[in-house]
Amino acid sequence: MSLLQQQLAAGSFVVTAEIAPPKGCDVGEALAKAQQLSGVTAINVTDNQGANMRLSPLALAGMLVREGFEPILQLTCRDRNRMALQADLLGAAALGIENLLLLSGDHARFGDHPQARAVFDLDSVQLLQVADGLARGSDMAGKALRGTPRFFAGAAVTPEAEPFELMFQKFDKKIKNGARFFQTQAVFDTYRLKTFMAAARPLGVPVLLGVLLLKSARMARFLNDHIPGVRVPERLIARLEGAADPRAEGVAIARELVAAARAECQGVHLMTLGGEELIPEILG
Amino acid sequence: MIISEQKNPAEILAAIDGLQRLFLVGCAACATACKAGGEEEVFRLQEWLQEQGREVTGSMIVDEACHILRAARDLRQHRAAVDSAEALLVLACGSGIQSLSANTDLRVIGGLNSLFLGNVRRVGQYEEKCSLCGDCILNETAGICPVTTCAKGLLNGPCGGMEQGRCEADRELDCAWNLIFERLKRQGRKGVFARPVPPKNWGKVRKPGKLNLR
Ligand code: SF4
Ligand code: SF4
Repeated sequence: MSLLQQQLAAGSFVVTAEIAPPKGCDVGEALAKAQQLSGVTAINVTDNQGANMRLSPLALAGMLVREGFEPILQLTCRDRNRMALQADLLGAAALGIENLLLLSGDHARFGDHPQARAVFDLDSVQLLQVADGLARGSDMAGKALRGTPRFFAGAAVTPEAEPFELMFQKFDKKIKNGARFFQTQAVFDTYRLKTFMAAARPLGVPVLLGVLLLKSARMARFLNDHIPGVRVPERLIARLEGAADPRAEGVAIARELVAAARAECQGVHLMTLGGEELIPEILG
Repeated sequence: MIISEQKNPAEILAAIDGLQRLFLVGCAACATACKAGGEEEVFRLQEWLQEQGREVTGSMIVDEACHILRAARDLRQHRAAVDSAEALLVLACGSGIQSLSANTDLRVIGGLNSLFLGNVRRVGQYEEKCSLCGDCILNETAGICPVTTCAKGLLNGPCGGMEQGRCEADRELDCAWNLIFERLKRQGRKGVFARPVPPKNWGKVRKPGKLNLR
């Protein structure tokens, strides 16, 4: 059983963070970053995030295992058909990776290969089912596996998406089809977090709040304009704008969100975007 | 119908490089409706080719260029003009172009790009609603196709990029899943939301497709 699974089962407050594989095959920096992630239970390894082509997350997650870290392998449906997805899932198991975050994936249109043919042979709900099936010993064709993988599969949720009801039915569907934990898209509005958690809590699946470190008002505006599902309230943008040290203000905002997560959720998923050394301060 | 558009002049010029005598073909069906390969476009192409110093040995508009035997018949009727050309330049969808290439050993050059199977909103405004997946799910999705009108073709509800019911891939467009959800709600049905939809059986789209009713 992965440490992440154990800690969530024990009801501990869990911290995860993420690293992006490099664009290129030099993993030195990514591994050094992993070293910096103190107080973190597991490390998400992103999969061609934002549809920008990078080193395979499977490879980096495997190296993290070798170095004694616990990865959460992100796997999107955008770039692989059902055969490749199953092959990668089995590969992950062989490399000692148990934690998964199964996603549909950002549309290729926004990345650095907009001419790519997007696959989406499966969607995230179906991929959860498939991982579950593999862990029960058979592939999508019903064929028995030699060696059955052990997975702890999670999924993503966007608590602020509207209409709420529509977003929520998908969340519920993911749980019914094998999602055993969630990491949320970055949330900044604690009121909306409370609304979401009030509905989510009865379903009994741990939710880790996505906390994104804001570094400037400009960055906040960029997120609002370009990142689907992320909404930084004007009130926070004004705080960053008025601050003598916007970076410190960003850390303060992140600390407040972590505090909200302690009250509402079962953990946080930190997205520090190069500010890894600030994690101890954010967790305070 | 099949929505198509003309290739740009530079592309057409490159495709006919080194060719002097051309026979032009249009299509009276979809390509005409798309203003890509009807009488008018064939006529304009003819004038333009002459300006480029090419000779047009003749032209014809096939009723439906996708009709293989009809294309053959029309070609036979224009045999003299066709035989004196070095190539056919065809303003029809890719399917139509191949009806012609199936019926002659002359070089066949396509002047259009085929875009999608389209519905007509009004003349000149076309929308893709179906991508011929071979396993139609519309009965469960309130008559709105997620395979085609969701930018990711998802089958179990919206992705995380939906915002205010708009699509991640294009904020000008409605999220297909929001439309499905709203319409099912108005109909008082759960439809596709009642069950996890299994992965699509792409095996039902046989490639190349063939249907023989005789
Ligand atoms: S599900 Fe969509 S793509 Fe498939 S046949 Fe029906 S309308 Fe066409
Ligand atoms: S926003 Fe809606 S229509 Fe657009 S890709 Fe996501 S689910 Fe599909």
